[in-house]
Amino acid sequence: MTAAPLIAPEDVPYLPRGVRLQDDRVRGIRVLQAPERAMQLDAIGDAILSELDGKRSLDSIAAALAARYHAPVEQIAGDIRDFLTGLIERRMVFVKGAP
Amino acid sequence: MKDQPTPHDLDGNPVTPGLPMAMLAEITHRCPLACPYCSNPVELTRAAQELPAEDWGRVFREAAELGVLQVHISGGEPGARRDLAQIVGHARDAGLYVNLITSGIGITRDRLEELDRAGVDHVQLSLQGIRPDMADRISGHPGSWDKKMGFADWVTQIGFPLTINAVVHRQNMERLPDMIALAERLGARRIEVATVQFHGWADLNRAALMPTRDQAGFARQVVNDARLRLRGRMVIDYVPADHHAVYPKACMGGWGSTGLNVAPDGSVLPCHAAQSIGWMRFDNVRDRSLGEIWHHSDAFNAFRGTEWMAEPCRSCERKTVDFGGCRCQAMALAGDARATDPVCSKSPLHAQVVARAEQDADRTEFVYRRMKKGG
Repeated sequence: MTAAPLIAPEDVPYLPRGVRLQDDRVRGIRVLQAPERAMQLDAIGDAILSELDGKRSLDSIAAALAARYHAPVEQIAGDIRDFLTGLIERRMVFVKGAP
Repeated sequence: MKDQPTPHDLDGNPVTPGLPMAMLAEITHRCPLACPYCSNPVELTRAAQELPAEDWGRVFREAAELGVLQVHISGGEPGARRDLAQIVGHARDAGLYVNLITSGIGITRDRLEELDRAGVDHVQLSLQGIRPDMADRISGHPGSWDKKMGFADWVTQIGFPLTINAVVHRQNMERLPDMIALAERLGARRIEVATVQFHGWADLNRAALMPTRDQAGFARQVVNDARLRLRGRMVIDYVPADHHAVYPKACMGGWGSTGLNVAPDGSVLPCHAAQSIGWMRFDNVRDRSLGEIWHHSDAFNAFRGTEWMAEPCRSCERKTVDFGGCRCQAMALAGDARATDPVCSKSPLHAQVVARAEQDADRTEFVYRRMKKGG
């Protein structure tokens, strides 16, 4: 079961102040750092978050990743939407214009 | 590198230390507030014993090399140290994510801007109550409420992410919905609703602070409802009243597994209450490196793994879920730090603990947290 999405195709997601994408050199992994939380990222999560520039919409990010990984754009868009919804719930990703 | 014996628990069973993610840096015990549930030990450390800023710098570098990603700079009130910005700067230079845990009292707007430049990533502000009278009475500090509300505005104006830390207990639990609403109004990204943990000062004030079973149920309901309503807008973290729970809390996510605490004098503790285990000895960063202490100190290794456990934990399927509960609570309630946490429904002491919690609710006045005069 997937919870209701918190981001629409035309929405622009971004990492707000206090949330940082970085290397964990000791463990050799990528992590997302946020207030009192650090989350380990897999290669897909890292690829998605690295695309967040505060300018492009979910749709345009999905198109870029679909082209790069030769995958169907609908599937990629759905994966990004679900992944980002989880992070929006945790306030680790913001959406432009949202309260 | 010196030869070190293989790490072993308090019974001599070999253990395998993991790597810590987070470090609590209690840089001072000085504080303008006198909250009766303060998590600091009853024996407070004086200013003269505090670790200097440059030592904190070394400790932060050692922490980062050890795998720590985040530091929580706390106290006491961290703002009581005039070199706070320098300490924050050292933490950022070491590559750590810096959470500032503050009462908001004694940090001016100019100083908060200085802390912004020094690299604070996130601010957590404590809340003792919902109105001036309640907040000031619980904190023992007249005027605290107004100062906190002003401070919260500066935090969001400067742009820091804000977490509100609301400590709840018998005397304010009914106001939990208002606390959540206030956090929303202040623009907080998160609220931590933490039921008082009964160690140290809070234990001295049990009779005034122990929530009733009904209150614990009410708080759970309020949190569940608010989580649905505020989904995507504010995160609610909740530390429930464990005296009214079926199973104990997974203290520290397992002793010596992911976190460590450095006290103002440089003592390194597996958790902030560990000094309540009277027989335990703690190493100090003035004598050994943090990495050496993490991997080789007796205190950290004592309760690592599950081999040290006695029954009913030893044969329990939850032993890797809650790790036998809180060692300090086992010490306080069972008189034995190795015992099953007596708040667990499987503990032979459970019925006694519940009966005592039910009887506790009979006092309203506090023993305030203060440093002893002189000394």
